[in-house]
Amino acid sequence: MSTSDQQAAPPRLAVPELLIGIGLFACAGAVAWQTLSIPVSPLYSKVGPTVFPYITMIGMTILSLLLIVAALRGGWQPEEEKETPTDWKAMGIVAVGLVANLVLIQPLGFTAASVIMFVLICYGFGSRHPLRDVLLGLILALAAYFGFARALGVNIGAGFIENQLNTGLDSIIRVLRG
Amino acid sequence: METLSHLAHGFSVAFTPVNLMWCLLGTTLGTAIGVLPGLGPALTIALLLPITYQVAPEASFILFAGIYYGAMYGGSTTSILLNTPGESATIVTALEGNRMARSGRGGAALATSAIGSFVAGTLGTLGVAFLAPVVVKFALSFGPAEYFSLMVLAFITVSAVLGSSSVRGLTSLFIGFVIGMIGVDLQTGQPRFTFGMSQLLDGVDVIVVAVGLFAVGETFYMASRRYAGKDEIVPLKGSLYMTAAEWARSWKAWLRGALLGFPIGALPAGGAEIPTFLSYAIEKKLSKHKEEFGAVGAIEGVAGPEAANNASAAGVLVPMLTLGLPTSATAAIMLSAFQSYGINPGPMLFMTQANLVWGLIASLFIANIILVILNLPLIGLWVRLLKIPAPQLYAGILVFATVGTYGISQSPTDLVILYLLGGAGFLMRRFDFPTAPVIIGMILWPLAETQFRRAMTISNGDWSVFYKHPLSLTLLTLAFIGLIGPHIYAYVERRRMRGPEHVPGDA
Repeated sequence: MSTSDQQAAPPRLAVPELLIGIGLFACAGAVAWQTLSIPVSPLYSKVGPTVFPYITMIGMTILSLLLIVAALRGGWQPEEEKETPTDWKAMGIVAVGLVANLVLIQPLGFTAASVIMFVLICYGFGSRHPLRDVLLGLILALAAYFGFARALGVNIGAGFIENQLNTGLDSIIRVLRG
Repeated sequence: METLSHLAHGFSVAFTPVNLMWCLLGTTLGTAIGVLPGLGPALTIALLLPITYQVAPEASFILFAGIYYGAMYGGSTTSILLNTPGESATIVTALEGNRMARSGRGGAALATSAIGSFVAGTLGTLGVAFLAPVVVKFALSFGPAEYFSLMVLAFITVSAVLGSSSVRGLTSLFIGFVIGMIGVDLQTGQPRFTFGMSQLLDGVDVIVVAVGLFAVGETFYMASRRYAGKDEIVPLKGSLYMTAAEWARSWKAWLRGALLGFPIGALPAGGAEIPTFLSYAIEKKLSKHKEEFGAVGAIEGVAGPEAANNASAAGVLVPMLTLGLPTSATAAIMLSAFQSYGINPGPMLFMTQANLVWGLIASLFIANIILVILNLPLIGLWVRLLKIPAPQLYAGILVFATVGTYGISQSPTDLVILYLLGGAGFLMRRFDFPTAPVIIGMILWPLAETQFRRAMTISNGDWSVFYKHPLSLTLLTLAFIGLIGPHIYAYVERRRMRGPEHVPGDA
């Protein structure tokens, strides 16, 4: 029933899908630019470093054109997705949280930056208990920091909080070892 | 019989207290992340990849395999009680399982899926133990040309044949190709796709890509859909013990599901979607209680697909271990764990790393036993995990995502790439592009290039090696059929469908 309705209606241009197609076409262009700028040494004439990039370039170009054609024919979004309005505000707040983390992780250290990100993301998702979130974020960030940094030996950016705790922890270990 | 002695040796590796502890840790963690929506085995294993610098290969693969199997068990709990399938492989479980939970038979649904997972997982692991040596013997005769053609076939099957659209699947795959080529070309020393940035010379780490697509992308997606309405958790009702009638209806479905899932998983195509959907269709056809399907929920419709899912997860390990050919995102990340140890999966693995391989297979048997215990008596604990509110859950996932990414080299550039990939992951999720082909593509494309170059060097630059070797030609032909076949089929179907419609219009 719905399919016959769709067939009866003339295919309409789907703008979001068209933008995706054009974006991928631009990516194919970037791939082409990078492929053409790979210097080819005559020593490796048999299979140089450019054969696979060329294959990728051609594939990307064809696929992005096929996606543009699909967009011109009405797109491919599932109905359910189309009907759900995107919550741009929530996404925006989450993005602000990520950017804050990116900017603050070096000056403030991992834990402090993570707590700020945690609170912002919770807020974006609709949580209205910032104090509780600060506490939760702090516990989680410290668990992640000590789980990874100390147990797995991964070095993640230490800031003020970590340094204090690290000195504390080291002295406790020293005391325990006698 | 050689297999049995190998297996016995494997159990001696897996039964050491330390390795048992890794197995317990992996299965517990796996179940938890399987239950939690938004976290999957691929993301978790990616975040834990740094462990490969710390412990022996046996330990980390026992941990990863426990996570891999555990996520399958945990995922079914979420499908049944929440009706939000965490992974495509558990979509079918949600169909009947959630209906059973709503009609007060959630306990039986959870029981049949856990016991079915155990039966199928054990059969599947036996399948790995007995099939892998056979594949190894066969694979020893492979040359570089055959390997290259096999990878081409895998590229086509994971992207174009499975999933809803071959164009979108291939697009994802090619995005993976581009990411995989970033960095210095190991053979010639030429930088490729670095856009002149020195930070990109080492390439993009698979951790960044997996975390970006699966964690950051998923968080954006969930944030964007706050208007979509919430899924409610169906409270767990009914006893976990199945009645005699329920056992009678389940056991055949388990066996059929396992027999369907393992071979399909073991093919270089992989994927759990096809066997689960096939199993559902078969059970519906064979059931004596057809009226329950789609109404109150039929137990066969949970038992069969859930068994098929777990058996195919075991099957995926066959091409991964014997050929170095990953056919799922999780397997691709495990392959990069092998690379970080400097081990190349492939037929030689069974000779050079017998301890590792057989210890891993033996630990899978143990994992299955631990998992059925973890998932039945302790089910109440896992249900509680479902109640973690979304804001704190996703914010927490991103804290761990930051740790995993920033920990690689403390470079904010990695975080920038992570967030950009997160944006891409959101668009892919929103516009129905599969994400697994990106991971498979980025891991496998450089390997395919190596095999291609080897083949061309041996043949002195003669392209005909790829179609003059009969096996290579067969594989390439299969790949071509996989690419073109579905389109021809769809075209023919459309013609047939359109035929009778035109008649009344003309008249």
